[in-house]
Amino acid sequence: MKEYQTITEISGPLVFVETDEPIGYDEMVEIETPSGETRRGQVLEAASDHVAIQVFEGTDGIDRDSSVRFLGETLKMPVTEDLLGRVLDGSGQPIDGGPDIVPDERHDIIGAAINPTAREYPEEFIQTGVAAIDGMNTLVRGQKLPIFSASGLPHNELALQIARQATVPEETADEDEEESEFAVVFGAMGITAEEANEFMDDFERTGALERSVVFMNLADDPAVERTITPRLVLTTAEYLAFEKDYHVLVILTDMTNYCEALREIGAAREEVPGRRGYPGYMYTDLAELYERAGRIDGREGSVTQIPILTMPGDDETHPIPDLTGYITEGQIYIDRDLNSQNISPPINVLPSLSRLMDDGIGEGLTREDHADVSDQLYAAYAEGEDLRDLVNIVGREALSESDNKYLDFAERFENEFVDQGFTTDRDIDETLDIAWDLLSMLPKTELNRIGEDLIEEYYTDDEEQPVEATAD
Amino acid sequence: MSQATQEQAVSDDGVIESVSGPVVTATDLNARMNDVVYVGEEGLMGEVIEIEGNVTTIQVYEETSAVSPGETVTNTGEPLSVDLGPGMLDTIYDGVQRPLDVLESQMGAFLDRGVDAPGIDLEKTWEFSPTVEVGEEVGPGDIVGTVDETVSIEHKVLVPPDFEGGEVESIEAGAFTVEETVATLDSGEEVTMHQEWPVREARPTVEKQTPTTPLVSGQRILDGLFPLAKGGTAAIPGPFGSGKTVTQQSLAKFADADIVIYVGCGERGNEMTEVIDDFPELPDPQSGNPLMARTCLIANTSNMPVAARESCVYTGITIAEYYRDMGYDVALMADSTSRWAEAMREISSRLEEMPGEEGYPAYLAARLSAFYERAGYFENVNGTEGSISVIGAVSPPGGDFSEPVTQNTLRIVKTFWALDADLAERRHFPAINWDESYSLYRSQLDPWFEDEIADDWSDTRQWAIDTLDEESELQEIVQLVGKDALPEDQRLTLEVARYLREAWLQQNAFHDVDRYCPPEKTYQILTAIKSFNDEAFEALDAGVPVDEITSIDAVPRLNRIATTPDEEAAEFVADLTEDITNQLREKY
Repeated sequence: MKEYQTITEISGPLVFVETDEPIGYDEMVEIETPSGETRRGQVLEAASDHVAIQVFEGTDGIDRDSSVRFLGETLKMPVTEDLLGRVLDGSGQPIDGGPDIVPDERHDIIGAAINPTAREYPEEFIQTGVAAIDGMNTLVRGQKLPIFSASGLPHNELALQIARQATVPEETADEDEEESEFAVVFGAMGITAEEANEFMDDFERTGALERSVVFMNLADDPAVERTITPRLVLTTAEYLAFEKDYHVLVILTDMTNYCEALREIGAAREEVPGRRGYPGYMYTDLAELYERAGRIDGREGSVTQIPILTMPGDDETHPIPDLTGYITEGQIYIDRDLNSQNISPPINVLPSLSRLMDDGIGEGLTREDHADVSDQLYAAYAEGEDLRDLVNIVGREALSESDNKYLDFAERFENEFVDQGFTTDRDIDETLDIAWDLLSMLPKTELNRIGEDLIEEYYTDDEEQPVEATAD
Repeated sequence: MSQATQEQAVSDDGVIESVSGPVVTATDLNARMNDVVYVGEEGLMGEVIEIEGNVTTIQVYEETSAVSPGETVTNTGEPLSVDLGPGMLDTIYDGVQRPLDVLESQMGAFLDRGVDAPGIDLEKTWEFSPTVEVGEEVGPGDIVGTVDETVSIEHKVLVPPDFEGGEVESIEAGAFTVEETVATLDSGEEVTMHQEWPVREARPTVEKQTPTTPLVSGQRILDGLFPLAKGGTAAIPGPFGSGKTVTQQSLAKFADADIVIYVGCGERGNEMTEVIDDFPELPDPQSGNPLMARTCLIANTSNMPVAARESCVYTGITIAEYYRDMGYDVALMADSTSRWAEAMREISSRLEEMPGEEGYPAYLAARLSAFYERAGYFENVNGTEGSISVIGAVSPPGGDFSEPVTQNTLRIVKTFWALDADLAERRHFPAINWDESYSLYRSQLDPWFEDEIADDWSDTRQWAIDTLDEESELQEIVQLVGKDALPEDQRLTLEVARYLREAWLQQNAFHDVDRYCPPEKTYQILTAIKSFNDEAFEALDAGVPVDEITSIDAVPRLNRIATTPDEEAAEFVADLTEDITNQLREKY
C-alpha cells in the first residue's frame, strides 16, 4: 500500500496529492485526518506526479499533513444474499446495528455494459395494480421507467404502492421452473430524514424489509457520497438478479440530488459546464446507471428500475428530466393539478409513456383488447382535455353533443380510472373493464382505434345497462 | 481494424502521463494524428486526437478505470479503419467494428475490456465466382467476382481503390477465406476479399448525381407528403417519446433499399435487442427474405464507451460506401446524431478546447456536414451507380429545435421530418408535424411517382396539403369560438381534414398490415378521402346540412382502409367510394 503526506490543495470535495509513483484512474483512496478519522475517496484524475481525489465523506478536517493511502483497487461492493433485510448508508456501511456483512463476492461498482446481443428483450408484464400504469403505461420486467415528479407531490407514495403491489400474474399453471423471488433494492440519495422514515415505516409495516436492501444517503450526508450510492445499489441489484435469480425492483430517489452532486464535483474540478451548469458528460453518466436495468439471456432474474426525480420548477425541459427521458424507456408524470383535485395517484397519462408496453401486452400477456383500448383512451382523453380549454371560453352550451360526451368522458376518466387511492390494488381485467365502461359512453363510430370484433365483444350499449355498473 | 488483423508496425512506444476518463495523454509516443494505439497493460484501443510537443493525447474506446500513468502505449501506425469483406451483413458490431456476438462468446454477457476481434470472420470460406477472365484489364474499384453473402445480397469482390490495377494473371472459382488471394494482377497486386479502409476518409467515386428515385418507405406521411430520395439526406428531430426510434426502425424495416446500415449511437440497449430479435423474424417487403439478410447493425449503446460513440457513425458510413461501390442502394439510419455530437463535446471538454455554442466544439458544424456529404447518388469508379441515403435522428434537449445540433443539421439535410410531442401525446403516430416538416426532393421525385403510381399524384398531394393548411387556420378560430360557430362549408373542411389525419397520416407501426403501406395504397386512401370530399361538397351545395353528411355510416369506414390487406385495398376503396356516393346522393 502506498502512503503519502503530500496534499497540495484542498478545494470543496477535492484533494490534490503529489505522488512519486503511478496511481490508477478510479483507484480507491483512504485519507486519515489528524483526529484519526478515515475518509474514503476515489481518484478522479491521474497524472504521473499528482492525482486529484474526490472525497466521499467531505473534506472538513483534512489538512496538509493528513496521510493518504492508495488501496490499489477500484471501488468494490461486497455482495451476498444476506444483504436482504439490511439497511446500509450511502457508501455501503451497515447502519441498522446488525452484524458485519460477510461478502460472498466483491463486485466492481462501475458496472460493465451488458452486451446488446446478450440481452433478452423485456416483455413480461408486471402488474402494479395501478390502473393508470397497467392500463395505459404498462411496466415490464427489465424496464427502466422513471417517475417525473416535483416538490410537494406524492411520488413516494406511488413508488411505495408499486413496490408493495407489483406482481407478475401467473399465466400458466404448469410452472415447470421454480418461480424466481422478488426483491427490492432501494437507494435514497439526499432525501430528508422524514421521507426516509416514511419509506422505512412502510417497509417494516408491510414486511417488505426482509426482501429489501436499503441504501440511505440522507439530505445531511455528504453530497459527494451520492455519486456512488446508486452504483452500490445497482451492483447489489445485478448480483441478486443475475447470480441469485431474483426479480429485482430498484427504486432510486431522488435522481435530482444525484445530478446536483455531479454538478458540484464538476464545478470543483473547474470543468467546462454544459446546460445550466451541469457537466457535459451527464448524459453518459446517467446512462451508465439507467442502462443497468434489463434481462440477460439464459439468466432467471431481472433488474427493473423506477428512478424518481423531482423536476425543478415543474420544468420538464430541465436537463435532469430531459436527459433521463432520452435514456429511460418512458416516464410516468405526476401532475400538480390532478393532485390538487385530490386524485390519487395523480398520474397524468397524456405525457406519460411506456416504450416497452407494446410488446408486453395483448393476448396471452394481458388481454387481447389491451392495446386498442389504451390507444382509444388516450385519444378520447386528449380530445376531452382540448375541449376543456374551449369550454372556459364559450361555455358548455355552445358545444355539440359529441363534444359534451368527450368532456364527460375526460371527467369520468380522471375520477374512475385514474383515481383509485394508494391502497387499492386493481388487477388488469378490472382495469380494462373500467376502461370499457368509460368507452361505452361514446358512440361506437367514435371508437376508431379499436378493432370491430373487439367492439362487438366488449362494448356495452346504453340501453342494456351493464350489470357491474361503474366501479365503486 | 483490430489488433487481430494488424501486422505490428514498427513504431516507438510511449508512456502514459495522465488519465482522465476517456482521455489519456502519453509522452514519447511517435505517432501521427488519428493513428490507432493500444493503451496500457490491457491493450485498450484508442486513437490519437492531439499532438502537442512531446505529449500525445489519445481518446480511448474502452473504460479506463485502473489504468495508471507509467504504463506503455503502443502505436499501430495505422488510422482507425474498418475491415470490409463478405460477412458484414447479418452482423451486429460495436462502435469500432468488433462483432458483438464474438465478444459475447469470449467474455460473457457483460462487455469487458481489452478484448479484440476482427470485423469479419477470417476463418470462414466463401464460394467465389469470377466475373472477369484472365487477360482482362481491371482498374481500382472494378468487380472481379461475386460471393453469395446472404440469401438477399450478392457480394461483389472489388479491386481495392488504392490499387494500381492491371491485367488479370490468374483468377479461379472456388472456396476461399477472406485472406486468400482470389486474383493476381500483372502489376504484382493480389486481390483478396478483405479490404481495410480508414473510417474518416470517404471512399473515392467519379461524381455525385442528382437523385431522381424515391426511397419508398412504406410510411404514408413520408411517401405521400415528404418523400426522401435514394441518395438523399433527412433529419428526424423530436423530443423524447415522440417516436424517433420507431420511425427509424420502420424505415430500416420497410424502406426499399438494398442494404440497410442501422447505427444505434448512444441509445438504449433494449432497443438494439429488439432490433436483433425482430429483424431475423421479419420478412423484407421486397424480397421476402429475412430482414437481417440485408442489414448490418452497429450498436454503441449509451453506457458503452463514449469515444466509440464518436466513431460509430463513421464506421457505419464507411461500410455503407463499400456496398455503394458494388452498385447497391444503401440506407443508413443514425439514431441519434445528438449523442454523437455530445460525444464530441465530451471529448472536446476533456481536451479543454475553447467551446462554441452550448459547450459544443466549434467544429461541430463542419463534422456534421462532412458526414452528411458522404451521402448521395453516385457514379462509382467501376461505372456502376449506387446511393447512400442518410437518415439522422436528432434529440434536441427539451424538444427545442433552436439548439446547435438541430440547427446545424437543418442547414445540410434536404428533408426534415419534425416530430411533435403534442401529436405523440394524443397517440397520433407517426407524430410527424405536417406543418413544420418539408422535403426539398418533392419536385425532383414527382416524375417518378407520376409514372409509377398515378398521373395526378402531385395534384392530389397538393389538395391534401391545402386542406390540412386550411384546417390549421380554422382550428385557431375554433379554439376561440367553437366548431358550431363556423359556417357549414368550413365545418365540412374540418371533417375532411380529420379523415386525412386519422385515416391517411396516422399509421400503426405495430399493426401487421398497416405498418407497411405501398405507395399505391397511400394514393388509394388519399383518393378515397378526396372523392368523399368532392361528393360531400356537392351534397352541401345541394342543401344537405353538414351534420347529415357526416353522419352517413359509410364515412367512418375510411379509417379501415389502412388495415385492409394491400391486395384487397383497391376493391375496398371502390366499394366504399360507391357507398359514400350513393348514401350522399340519397340525401338530395
